[in-house]
Amino acid sequence: MVFLWQSEMHKYQSWGKNPHAKQTALYYSDRHQALPVVNGASILPYGMGRSYGDVCLNDENAIIPTSRLDHYMEFDQEKGVIKCEAGVCLSDLLDLVIPRGYFIPVTPGTKNVTIGGMVANDVHGKNHHRAGSFGNFVTAFELLRSDGKRLICTPDKNPDLYRATIGGLGLTGLITWVEISLETIESAYINTESIRFQTIEDFFRISDDSDQSWEYTVAWIDAFSNKSGDCRGVFFRGNHMRDNDFIYKKRSMPLGVPLNMPSWLLNRYVLKLFNKLYYSVNRNKAQRVHIYDFFYPLDKVSAWNKMYGKNGFYQYQCVIPDDQAEMTIRSMLKLCNSNKQGSFLSVLKKFGDIKSPGLLSFPKKGYTLALDFPNRGKRTLNMLDAFDDMVLDAGGSVYPAKDARMSADSFKCFFPAWQEFSQQVDRGFSSSFWRRVMAE
Amino acid sequence: MATKKTLLILGATSAIAQQVARQVVSRDYRIILVGRDRQKLVDLCADLQVRGGTADYRVHDLLEMTAHEQIIKNVVNEYGGFDIVLLAYGTLPDQEQCEADRNEAVKQLNINFISAQNILSVIAERFIEQGQGQIIAISSVAGDRGRKSNYIYGAAKGALSIYLQGLRNRLSAHNVQVLTVKPGFVDTPMTKDFKKGILWSTPERVAKDIVRAMDKRRDVIYTPWFWKYIMLIIKFIPETIFKKLNL
Repeated sequence: MVFLWQSEMHKYQSWGKNPHAKQTALYYSDRHQALPVVNGASILPYGMGRSYGDVCLNDENAIIPTSRLDHYMEFDQEKGVIKCEAGVCLSDLLDLVIPRGYFIPVTPGTKNVTIGGMVANDVHGKNHHRAGSFGNFVTAFELLRSDGKRLICTPDKNPDLYRATIGGLGLTGLITWVEISLETIESAYINTESIRFQTIEDFFRISDDSDQSWEYTVAWIDAFSNKSGDCRGVFFRGNHMRDNDFIYKKRSMPLGVPLNMPSWLLNRYVLKLFNKLYYSVNRNKAQRVHIYDFFYPLDKVSAWNKMYGKNGFYQYQCVIPDDQAEMTIRSMLKLCNSNKQGSFLSVLKKFGDIKSPGLLSFPKKGYTLALDFPNRGKRTLNMLDAFDDMVLDAGGSVYPAKDARMSADSFKCFFPAWQEFSQQVDRGFSSSFWRRVMAE
Repeated sequence: MATKKTLLILGATSAIAQQVARQVVSRDYRIILVGRDRQKLVDLCADLQVRGGTADYRVHDLLEMTAHEQIIKNVVNEYGGFDIVLLAYGTLPDQEQCEADRNEAVKQLNINFISAQNILSVIAERFIEQGQGQIIAISSVAGDRGRKSNYIYGAAKGALSIYLQGLRNRLSAHNVQVLTVKPGFVDTPMTKDFKKGILWSTPERVAKDIVRAMDKRRDVIYTPWFWKYIMLIIKFIPETIFKKLNL
């Protein structure tokens, strides 16, 4: 009809709004169907588009949105094992399982992700030191390959594809369903404490002290607080309560950013002020909060990525081995400050040593730092390249799910298993990210 | 009469029907899914059961109209009757193909209107007998005015809307609700080849509107709501002008 305008192209972007991709969305609504094909183009599964950079994009090629693969298949409430299609959204799954006394054993910081996306990015959460990454709880899944083969993958069955698909960025085929082993909970509430700290040493001390007795730990840091690379921040830790209360007493008004804000809005002074405010409102205290409020505070502001304007932003998350952590993190924060670039939300967290089955899995023992920066073009990119060098020197790596710019060389150093992984990549599948990091 | 309310969904694999079933899954309904594709029905049943619902399915091709009476009889025998019926099946024909092949046009009219009115007539008798019931049928805004781009579909849906109007008139004395649902553009497998724009809605949103209208015992709804006004304008255009428009 005449009064339609086209919005399809803009619908499938990544969370950082950067880079932009032109891709054809193929219709796929039934997991028993064969994969849709387009002549000569590669395909890539697309979930909720919550990865920040280009792992969910397939520029000049095709994507398969998985939103219609949203059926549950089985839920064994005795064993706590749930089997569902890959497009099921975590928020729906949680609404279903929490009142029944279960929780997802590893959760990212948003519930607006698909289960397939959680597998493909092998997501981690505030309990990495205790549980490892999400891949450790994926007991089985089905992979639909472009040659039409359907393969059930478990740690014992098709183990190579199992290991490649966990953290495999959607490149090994379409995950049609996933079976996950859930965690038992005795309450939908978290007993949480927040503790202010003044220096990085303080952070390391509190982190070490908390690891044993707290299931969830994470720290926010004020990246603007000190020019010498030191920083103040707030340490959050939490444990599941056991009070048998599974009712979520609603909730604040839903907020949202209706449209792209002008990109100058989040300038250095505003960011600085925000960080100051955030520090001052978070005093030392203990609280009882619902799981949703503890894990997903940013979900309350829908489309918060529009705050950064149409140029979007870069998120940078790296992990640094223990012995190098303090020095490297200091140098990175110092570089931020000297470049007059600051981060809206900066997060610091200790990873444990539980290995993921995933070949390209990001988390490993050490400390992870996540920063985000408004996209100021070359200036921002140069700084992030400098970050990469520091992380390389320290023997760390950078998280592909949040990346839009790391070089092919850096990727290959960060992920030495890439060659083994590329053997398992489905030849009909590709992504903007993959072409970028495989470029000669 | 069963203690639980029973919802019978005809064309249960349709995207809108699936969402309606999910919307009411937390209610204490027994949901019976009728469709042609056994595998899909099995999947949908499993999905509703995991969500905490009670669901069962029956495989039938509703184009076989001679079987309609038996289908309804079986449902009554097996489940002790039913209270709500959602008629959700339909196909969106290719207008040009209908013009080129009159058999195709007849087939489309059979699916979208003849078979629908046939099974609803069987159900109407049942509801009159039990003195209560709710009939919800998915028609379309396309049935409000004929346009060259899809008037076979429009004719079938228009006929369905008129049929439902008459049925409502007849059944209102018997405590039976008849709800005509007129969705606009909905992003479903039926419309997968269309370019989508701002007027497009999702099956979830349409399903929400349907359930709300069902509970309020409404007669006719447009969904999303703004289609009421779009169609109002379209219906107002004089035919002398309308016939020259490229719609």
